[in-house]
Amino acid sequence: MSDYRIKEHPILAVPPDPTVGFTWQGKALQAREGETIASALFANGIRVFGHHPKDGAPQGIFCANGQCAQCAVIADGLSVKSCMVPVREGMAVLPLDGKPQLPDVDEGDVRFRDIELLEVECLVLGGGPAGLSAAIELAKAGVGVILVDDKASLGGKLVLQTHKFFGSIEACHAGTRGMDIGAKLEKELRAYENVRIWNNSNALAVFSDRKVGVLRDGHYFLVAPQVLLVATGAREKSLVFKGNTLPGVYGAGAFQTLVNRDMVRPTERLFIIGGGNVGLIAAYHALQAGIEVVGLCEALPECGGYKVHKDKLARMGVPIYTSHTVLSANGAEEVESVTVAQLDSAWRPVAGSERTFKCDTVLVAVGLESVNEFYLKAKEFGLPVFAAGDAEEIAEASAAMFTGKIRGLEIAKSLGRDVGEVPPEWHRTAAVLKSRPGATITEEIPEEDQGVFPVFHCSQEIPCNPCTSICPQGSIQIEGGDILGVPTFNEQDCIACEQCVAVCPGLAVTLVDYRKQVGEALVSIPYEFPINTLEVGQSVTVLDTLGQVLGNVPVVKTRAPKFADHAVLVKVRAPLSIAKQIAGIRVQQPWVGEAMPETVKRLDDDEIVCRCERVSAGEIRARIRAGVRDLNELKGATRAGMGACGGKTCPSLIARLFREEGVPPGEVTDLTRRPIFMEVPMGAFAGLVTGEGPVPDVAKAHAVHAFQGGL
Amino acid sequence: MTSIVYDAIVIGAGSIGMPSAMYLAERGLKVLCLDQFASSGQGSNKCALGGIRATHSAPAKIKLCLDSLDVFSTWEETYGYNIEWYKGGYAFVAYRPEEEKLLKDLLVIQKRAGLNIDWLNKDDLLKASPGLREEGLLGGTLSPEDGSASPMRSNLAFKARAAELGVDFRFNERVTNIMRRKGKVVGVRTDKGGFATGCVVNAAGPWARAVAQAGGLDAPVAPDCHEGGITEPVAPFLDPMVVDIRPAPGSANFYFYQHRPGQVIFCYTPNPAIVGSDRRETSAYLPMIARRMVDLMPKLGNLKIRRTWRGLYPMTPDGSPIIGRSRELEGYVDAIGMCGQGYMLGPGVGALVARIVTNELRPGDAAILGELSPSRVFGGVEALK
Repeated sequence: MSDYRIKEHPILAVPPDPTVGFTWQGKALQAREGETIASALFANGIRVFGHHPKDGAPQGIFCANGQCAQCAVIADGLSVKSCMVPVREGMAVLPLDGKPQLPDVDEGDVRFRDIELLEVECLVLGGGPAGLSAAIELAKAGVGVILVDDKASLGGKLVLQTHKFFGSIEACHAGTRGMDIGAKLEKELRAYENVRIWNNSNALAVFSDRKVGVLRDGHYFLVAPQVLLVATGAREKSLVFKGNTLPGVYGAGAFQTLVNRDMVRPTERLFIIGGGNVGLIAAYHALQAGIEVVGLCEALPECGGYKVHKDKLARMGVPIYTSHTVLSANGAEEVESVTVAQLDSAWRPVAGSERTFKCDTVLVAVGLESVNEFYLKAKEFGLPVFAAGDAEEIAEASAAMFTGKIRGLEIAKSLGRDVGEVPPEWHRTAAVLKSRPGATITEEIPEEDQGVFPVFHCSQEIPCNPCTSICPQGSIQIEGGDILGVPTFNEQDCIACEQCVAVCPGLAVTLVDYRKQVGEALVSIPYEFPINTLEVGQSVTVLDTLGQVLGNVPVVKTRAPKFADHAVLVKVRAPLSIAKQIAGIRVQQPWVGEAMPETVKRLDDDEIVCRCERVSAGEIRARIRAGVRDLNELKGATRAGMGACGGKTCPSLIARLFREEGVPPGEVTDLTRRPIFMEVPMGAFAGLVTGEGPVPDVAKAHAVHAFQGGL
Repeated sequence: MTSIVYDAIVIGAGSIGMPSAMYLAERGLKVLCLDQFASSGQGSNKCALGGIRATHSAPAKIKLCLDSLDVFSTWEETYGYNIEWYKGGYAFVAYRPEEEKLLKDLLVIQKRAGLNIDWLNKDDLLKASPGLREEGLLGGTLSPEDGSASPMRSNLAFKARAAELGVDFRFNERVTNIMRRKGKVVGVRTDKGGFATGCVVNAAGPWARAVAQAGGLDAPVAPDCHEGGITEPVAPFLDPMVVDIRPAPGSANFYFYQHRPGQVIFCYTPNPAIVGSDRRETSAYLPMIARRMVDLMPKLGNLKIRRTWRGLYPMTPDGSPIIGRSRELEGYVDAIGMCGQGYMLGPGVGALVARIVTNELRPGDAAILGELSPSRVFGGVEALK
């Protein structure tokens, strides 16, 4: 059996070896302590988790975030979402082929507890950057808070962000890795006694009587808050193409969960759809995990993410295809290849431009949409509610931390706490952090060939300035002090400390040193791969900002100082002609991205819009052409939106089909939203207690637990 | 106004209006069907659970539902449209002597009406419906000819057939006035236009009273609210609709069944009734229904609930529908007040409406119309609501 666990990582600590025994179809396998079933299966090379009852289509993970139910398996006789349930010693796991059996139970074993109602000043949904930051402000103001988060540890998507953050050091810990920011915020929050933190908990519904249903560790509670803060983040959008539900096609967030949280190497060869920050960062994380990235395509003529992210990838050797779209993911039971094509100015694939790349995984990273159901319901029902972070507006995590802070203060004020006004500069900072990437300007390469100075391969206006804060000489500045501007080196008193090289989240700063030898320069380059992958004396291919090869040069020194936080600073010796142009070292060889000699054309008509019920784009287009304008009618006729996920993914895809069919959005009636947010066993609502002994007082037990374990 | 003069305008494209429009068109009438929502079945039809039974206690409802059962059970073979019909039967369970007596008393009436229904002892009932709590079970009635189908799919099936027969539909349109001249209907005005007709069928469910008032009439129909829910699909394990009529704090009874695609659908009757037209979800529903269901059938504790909703029962003072011509306004026909059974009554009532409008009543219709007359004196309450 192959082992698909990550054994070495430049940034992340490798967890202990697996020790938990479980079985898959009777075969003995091992899982790491606390690992989810999905990750344990991936680690053992299993990616097909079952087959759909409608058409027998193979099923695997899609969101890895508990939102859909595509990863369902049978664990010890019950169907569960494999991405959310940890493996237990001796667990018997089976694929879910068709509909599950409902097992018999012993009726003598069945007792009930009452569902408890808890009152609290503020209920915060989501323990990511926005929720944590808001809860800290609330805690400081003395507000009683329950913070609900669906994962075992707080931080939300920060946990997955192994890269250094953009923004400014003061506002949002720029230059620090996302995962470390999450840990910092959590530690800060846990110091307050007026905050109860509920991990492994899900909000299920906001009801018209202004109570919120919450499932905590399998126990159902009703919470009556005075104010609700929705900081539930975002979910990934999907895309319609042939083969789009094959196991091996999934979201970039799912990928980051597998790789960066669970340290599983779920793929050997990866193709990415979407050139926003999410797709670009996923590609980088893949390379760091030792995964080959065969390409990344973006439908627009330019990637929408930060240019520094894109440039970084290009330098590492990842081919980026702009004005390209995916035609199909190919394979019978799993992804075997992907076929892409160039788009013309009318967004049509250009005939003859099709190319097929061998890969086992296709990541969909085509944007995010707010998880705002609870916000909308609370508004409708008159429960005082605020939203922060991606749940309010899709932006960077740095912006989410800041809007979280602002909402925290606003809520404290609304609850009558004397916290003063929100400082106006907070609003300004939040707006700046939300700004989209701006103009690309010409890169400024210094003229002189002497002394020592940094070179900034940073030529796009983004909200980022840690290099200006870190320079001990104060010599790096952004003209006018505008965080959106690009930095320049102003004084000739560089001490060659290399801190600017280490701190830049875009790996876009090098240090060029002419002082050692005439006619040559030493160039310091940031490198976030294991230090042992480079040796002194080794020849490496160096590239310019955009990824053009400049030549091969020798490595003269590698070091990983503490201030670089796991990054390696590589010194190469380079001729004067290229020294200032060098921006990076290639890590992936060119042949990795070569297309297959033959183009694969997928014949199956399986462009799936509703994954849960497997409704195709063709079926939906036919209904639209027959005059259907109400998504509720479409749901009744096709079951699109009727499945396990409750219509989380397909409505935006269906909206797009309406647009493509020429139906104005104003003519389309949206789906009626009904609880509950995710499927939950009936026993939880019943207060079902099984096993021996008295019926426990769950609320009390949990309250005690919160104070002993949580605070 | 369009220049078409409709033979009939049906107000409401739901459980009653849609089959009414279909059967009217089948009799050669030019029909317009109007609905205030964006598409058909978006009022109460889609909130219906899908149970279809003839095992009532009032003769008119028994006859109408027997007609409905004929339609539902043969629809797929006749028209090729799968409405997810399943003949799983209905099981009313008894755990106390009170319910045993009530159900056994009703059996006499039901058998007299020609229904296929019998008392099953504990062991036989457990065979018919395995998984019921065995402790305390006395037995129950089983009516194997009853069943279930998908309300939404049925509505769309009837709509497809109606459209084929030439019915015109208008959605997102609200009736503001039923126009009359010399005591006769002459047309319908809406918030978007007007239409000429000599016949209006009020099939507006919980909104029937407002429609009647648009014609200067009244209808003793007031909605109350019920919440329902549906689970994930699982392999077939439950044949009949299980009905438990034991009262409990907050609920008069509850019932659930597994429909053909494998999902369990469930509902309860709030006690006291929640009068009004509030369709927003409440926090009280899930804990109450879940506890009753898991207590009755413990294995349901592991079954995952997927979604809940809240729908309206258009109630009448005596719990029986109101069907027939108005004595006050010629050309106005009521098909209202189905008290939560509009879906199962729909095809039977729709066919009856068509017979009323075309003056082609069958033998036996007079008795039904006498029982359900709009001008009856409202008293008494049906035993099995």
